[in-house]
Parts: sequence; structure tokens; C-alpha cells
Amino acid sequence: MTSGGIRPGTIKRAAAASALFALTLFGGVAMANPQPGQLNMTRGASEWSPEAYFLNNVALGVCVVIGILVFGAMFIAMFRFRKSRGAVAEKWSHNTTLEVIWTTIPVIILIVLAYLATGGLRTFADTTGSQMTVKVTGYQWKWRYDYVEYQGKAIDKVGFMSKLDRESDETRQLNSGLDPHNVKVGDENTYLLNVDKPLVVPVGTKIRFVITAGDVIHSWWVPALGWKMDAIPGIVNAAWTNIIEPGTYRGQCAELCGQDHGFMPIVVQALPKAEFEKWLAQQQAAATPPPAQPAAPAPAPASTAAAPKTAAVDAPVSQGHQG
Amino acid sequence: MAHAATHDHHDHDDHHGAPKNFFVRWCMSTNHKDIGTLYLVFSLLMFFIGGSFAMVIRAELFKPGMQLVQPYFFNEMTTMHALVMIFGAVMPAFVGLGNWMIPLMIGAPDMALPRMNNLSFWILPFAFSLLLSTLFLPGGGPAGGWTMYPPLSLQGDSVAYLVFAVHLMGISSIMGAINIIATILNMRAPGMDLLKMPVFVWSWLITAFLLIAVMPVLAGAVTMLLTDKYFGTSFFNAAGGGDPVLFQHIFWFFGHPEVYIMILPAFGLVSEIIPTFARKPIFGYKAMVFAIASIAFLSFIVWAHHMFAVGLPLGGEIFFMYATMLIAVPTGVKVFNWVSTMWGGSMTFETPMLFAIAFVILFTIGGFSGLMLALAPADFQYHDTYFVVAHFHYVLVTGAIFAIIAGTYYWLPKWTGHMYSETWGKIHFWNSVIWVNVLFFPQHFLGLAGMPRRIPDYNVAFANFNMISSIGGFLFGASQLIFLGVIVHAVWFSKKKAPDRVWEGAKGLEWTLPSPAPYHTFDVPPVIHDDELAHGHVED
Repeated sequence: MTSGGIRPGTIKRAAAASALFALTLFGGVAMANPQPGQLNMTRGASEWSPEAYFLNNVALGVCVVIGILVFGAMFIAMFRFRKSRGAVAEKWSHNTTLEVIWTTIPVIILIVLAYLATGGLRTFADTTGSQMTVKVTGYQWKWRYDYVEYQGKAIDKVGFMSKLDRESDETRQLNSGLDPHNVKVGDENTYLLNVDKPLVVPVGTKIRFVITAGDVIHSWWVPALGWKMDAIPGIVNAAWTNIIEPGTYRGQCAELCGQDHGFMPIVVQALPKAEFEKWLAQQQAAATPPPAQPAAPAPAPASTAAAPKTAAVDAPVSQGHQG
Repeated sequence: MAHAATHDHHDHDDHHGAPKNFFVRWCMSTNHKDIGTLYLVFSLLMFFIGGSFAMVIRAELFKPGMQLVQPYFFNEMTTMHALVMIFGAVMPAFVGLGNWMIPLMIGAPDMALPRMNNLSFWILPFAFSLLLSTLFLPGGGPAGGWTMYPPLSLQGDSVAYLVFAVHLMGISSIMGAINIIATILNMRAPGMDLLKMPVFVWSWLITAFLLIAVMPVLAGAVTMLLTDKYFGTSFFNAAGGGDPVLFQHIFWFFGHPEVYIMILPAFGLVSEIIPTFARKPIFGYKAMVFAIASIAFLSFIVWAHHMFAVGLPLGGEIFFMYATMLIAVPTGVKVFNWVSTMWGGSMTFETPMLFAIAFVILFTIGGFSGLMLALAPADFQYHDTYFVVAHFHYVLVTGAIFAIIAGTYYWLPKWTGHMYSETWGKIHFWNSVIWVNVLFFPQHFLGLAGMPRRIPDYNVAFANFNMISSIGGFLFGASQLIFLGVIVHAVWFSKKKAPDRVWEGAKGLEWTLPSPAPYHTFDVPPVIHDDELAHGHVED
């Protein structure tokens, strides 16, 4: 069930040809996280994200072609029909054939675009058949992740807050004197795009997110997953992803939520399944320490995860409907 | 009438000109020209105030890191910039142009309801004093975005100020709209049939109906915010059984027609200016009118395309996506018709024409990004990013505001009796059109790369385009001072007298009047000669 029913591949490929100009113009496949000088949308790293990317490219291509025709005609008119070149104004002000043509052609183009877009919407809306559920709760100004279920087994007490990392937070203070360019993880600049504790998920798994908020409206957005979904107090929205490539994917809150709206990033760390399962087992073990066993050694493998908080605070969800 | 011919030579009798007393003339005026001037001056003032907020925004975003303002103040700036520009600059400018020109274009002596006209203007300074005063109060200004989404907007301390200011603006707009409808439907000179009216008058007639339909909806939405904040109701409070998304539905049921309220009169203006300078009647007059009407109709059934990410059911997403895409058809017809009007003409490129042509090209670019945004799966990525910011600034700045500037240059000689400086007008144009693109075009890239809107600081990956955008912003802002200079020069210093028919190819009743237009015009209805009208003799 992961891929849904409608996949108009052939039409898409045909439409892709018309987007070729745009693609060459905008050069290559963009990386998952924002790059300096990036001109186009990311292709993303999930099963669904190419839908948005593809539709973007097709629509852009259509617009570029129409733009060339319309603006081309305008510039020709501006050079040919100048009074200074002795042009004499003609008298006509109507042409039924032309008007029918330029009403019909856009309608046909729109029908094609609508067909492509509808396919993408239907696959996006299908959250059934998921193999994992994560609850995402937005707060001013941090995210909370609760692992609800994995491979049909309920998970208890694995959940934590995720907020802006300390280095970014110190640097972003007004007149901090610190240079945002120095906030790095390895070679990657992570200023305002890093958190103290990322959401860890497995690749190759259809993950269902249930998304809500505890105070005001937020929006959970990781461009590499291809979508954003509003986190609304009192409402539980659902969305899904199936990440293909392991990696670290960064995003931000995308709905104005107060003074620190710009400072509540999202980091998703996608691990191979086996590693994820090891990580999850650690979290569960840490969450439920064996009773009265003083010397129980913590699981040894050094993961990036810090000791999790086990707060089981539920978001104040008073009603729910799904998107 | 005893004074059949007095309107173009001031003589002896009781047919008075403008009152000499400044207060009486400007504060107590019921004259459509004076009130139109008041609206336009007010709008220009608000344009510079709203623009100064934009300068703060672009200065903070000049490079990564927080250098100038605290994040909360940044949010106040984005919120106030939008409110001031939408309700203070663009809308009053169109009302001002309508006030000045509609009676002149349809051969009416004044607006139908002159005292209400005075009231609808004089509400505005109070509304904006109320709104802007919040910036000097301890609680600060509204900072929840101009869309005022609860629960966030209810966290502010200035909710009451914001709500009452919006109420006042709404009352002003509704009265203005009633006045325009009453004038157009009742006061046209004999022979000025509906389908002979200038497109600008048509666009305003349709816009006025939109205003009457949706301003009360906005008033209802903000009133519910007020009672949620201060009177313990729970319209939008989930804990009390309300629904925060309900507000968004109500707001955008107002908000989307509002978008067209700000662009339909611009269509009208451009449809007057291009035929004049192409010296050729507008192509497809009736199609232009029907396109405006169908865009107005569609504006009521597309509101939830602003809400593709709130978790609408699949059927809702599909309906609003299809309906939104449909708008491209009438809008396309308008663009094609403007190009066809130019085709086969005999064009000259005075400043109004330059701004009108820039409008057609740049508004169309805004339309293209609008079409992309309409595609819901792609909008899951675009939504609430700088791509959206680029989109609506293309349609509002290079769309609505360029059309307003074009209209101002077009009729300024008729208003003042003097020609503005064509050289400085062209300098203003070229600076505006270059810098506005430097300002807004890179924002498409920022949005596509993943920069959310309404953030005061950003990752260094977004640094280069933000700096380019800010430089464009500062220079575009500075270019508008040239505009101010050109207007001041034309009003008080220009020596060059304007002829009655200011532009060689200009048609329409306003050009049969002297320049400057006398204080009272068309006391006696003019005799309409169809070939005098821009669209009087078309058969299509």
C-alpha cells in the first residue's frame, strides 16, 4: 500500500520533456539540505518527495514556455509597432478565433497539470499500511517526539523534546559577536538547523506521523521528506513518509508561532533498520530501568543519543480529526 | 440649469470654487476630487511608513545572525508592514483613484453620497493612528502576522487595538464601496451605457461588490478574536470546544477576494493606459469585462488554497486545487488581450506606459508562481516559504502598486494642470523596475531552497540571495523618493502647462475637461459621442 494507486508515469515522462529547459537552467539535482546558491526545490530523500519535485519542474517548465511566447510577442510588438518607426495604429479590436484558441489551450494545459497533481495528492493522503507511528507535538519553541508504535508493537515511554542546539542558540542572540559561519557539524554549516536531540527513524519503513501542538499552531517541515503539515492544538493531523536514503535531514517550523519561530528547527536522522532497532532498544531499556539492579550497565555502543527524558506528558488534545 | 457653461470658466456667481479656508476645504470636503486627493496623499504617506517597516525587515535579513532588532520586534514589523501596505496604501490608493476619476469618466458631477464619502475617508487616519500607536505602547504592536491566526494572535497585548482598527478600516471600505456602486449605477451621463463604460469603472464596480461581500466577514472574524481574548468565548480555542482552523476558513473567505480587491482595479487602470499609448482600442472589451467578473466569482470558491497544509481532507484539497487553477484561464485572457492591444498599435513609451508594460510582464510572472502554488502537492513544499513571499510581492508590488503608479503618472497632469518631468519619471521607472526584481526574484530561490517566511534569521546557505534581495530592497525603497519628488515638482513647481487631452491617443470623458479639472465638473451631463469614448464604438 505504500505507493498508492495512480502513478501516471508515461504522461509524467512526456511532460518532463517540456520541463527540460527548466532543468538545464536550474542545473542538476539539488541536495537534501539547503545549499548556498541553490536555485530549485530539493528532490528529497523519501519515496513521495519526488512527486512535489517533479510537479514543480513540470509547472516551471510550462510557465517558462508560456512566458517566452507571451513576453516574446510583447517585445516584438514593442519594437515593430513603435510610433517612432512610423507605425500606424490599426483599428481592429476583436478576433474570435484567436480568443477561442487562447482560452482552450490553457484549459488543456491545466487539465494535464491537474491530472498529475491529483495523483500526487492521492498518494500523499494515503497513510494506511504504516509500519511505524511517531507523534509530533509543537510547542513554543521546540518539538516533542513520542514513539507510539513500531512494526505493530506499541512503544512505551520513548519520547523526548528536541530544541535548537546550544551553539546556534548562543550565536543567534542579538549582537552575540559570534559568527554564524562558525556553527558547524563536520563540514556542514548547521546554524539554526541543528537540535540537541534529533528524531531518529529507520529508512525503508512507512512511517506515519500524527502531528499536533500544545499551544499555538506550528508546522512540521523537512524539505527532504517533501511536505509540511500544520501542528494545530486540538487537532491531530496525519502524514507519512518512507525515507529511502540514510542521512541527516534538516527542516524548520513553517508556521509563524511567536518570537522564536525562526529558532525551532527539526532534524531527522534516518538510520538503516538494524541500527534504528538497536537505538530503539537502548531507548526503551533506558526508559524502564530494571528494578533494583544497581549495577546494570548501560548498553555500550556509543550512539549519538543522549540520555532520554522519559516524560510522558501528553499534549492537550481534546478532539481530533485526520487530514 | 442656470449655470450650464460655468464649469470651465470660473465666473462671478454662486458657482463657487474650492473653499479658501484650509480646514474647511480639506476636513469638511464633500468634493470627490478633494476627497480623492486626500485618499491618494494618505496612501502615499502609508506607502512610506509601510516601506520603512520593510526596510527594517530587509536590514535585519541582510546577513545571517541577529544584528539590529529582537525577534519579537521583527514579527511586529512583518505584521505591521502587511497591514499598513494592504489597508493603508494599496486599498486607499485605488479608492482615491476611483473617487477622482469615476465621476469624470462617466460624466457625473460628483459621487452619489458626498457626505458619506467624507466620512469614509476621515475614518482612516483614526484607524491607522490606533494601529500604529501600538508600536509605542508597552505591550508592543501586533506580532502574529497580518493573518492574525489564533491562538498566536491572542497572545499579543494589542488585540483590541488591532481589532478596532480593522473594524474602522472595514467600515471605511464598505462605505466607499457603497458610494462607488451608487455612483456608477445611478449617475452615468445619458448615453453612457454599462457596456460603454471604461474598463477601470467596470473593474471598480465589481471590486466594490467584492468589498461589500467580504469586509463584514473579516469584521466577524476579528470580533470573534476579540471575544475569545477578553470575554471568555471559545470560537477558536480547542480547549473550550472551538477550532483554530475555523478562523482560517473565515479569514481566507475574506482574504482571497481581498487579494482580488487589490488587483482588479489595477487591471482596469492598465486597460485604460495601454490603449492610450498604443493608440488602438482595447482588444476584446467585453472579454475583459467578463474576465474580471469571472475572476471575482472564482475568488469566492478558492479560499482554502491558503490552507493546503492544515490537513484538509483529500476531497477538499482536490476541489480547491482545481478551482484555483481555473483562475488562470480568465487571467490568461486578460494578459493575451493586453498584448493584442499593443500588437498593430502605434506605441510611444511615456512613463505611464512603461509602468503599465512592466505591470503586464511582472504581474504575469506573479501569475506563473501562483499557478505553481495552486498545485497542492508542490504547495506542500512552497507553503509558508519565501517562494510565497516572492509570489505575492510580484502581484502586489509590481502588480497593484505599479498600476497605481502608472495611473498616477497618467492622470497627474489632469489633476494638477502641469506636466510632470518625463525625464525624472523615466528615471523613477527604470530604477523601480530593476531594483524590484533584484529585491524579489531571488526570493523564489530562497523559498525553493527551503527558507521559511517570517523568520528573522537564517542558515548561512541562504546568505547570498538574502543579501542581494536586501540591496535590491534598499534601492527600490530609495527609488520611491524619486516618485515623491516628481509629484511635488508637478504639483507646485512645474512650469509646463498640460493640455486638456494630455496624451495624444487618450479617449474618454475625462480628457474633454480642462486641465486641471475644475473644482466642479459635469454639472450638466455631457452629450456622449461614442467615438469620444475609449470603448464606445466597439462591436464585440
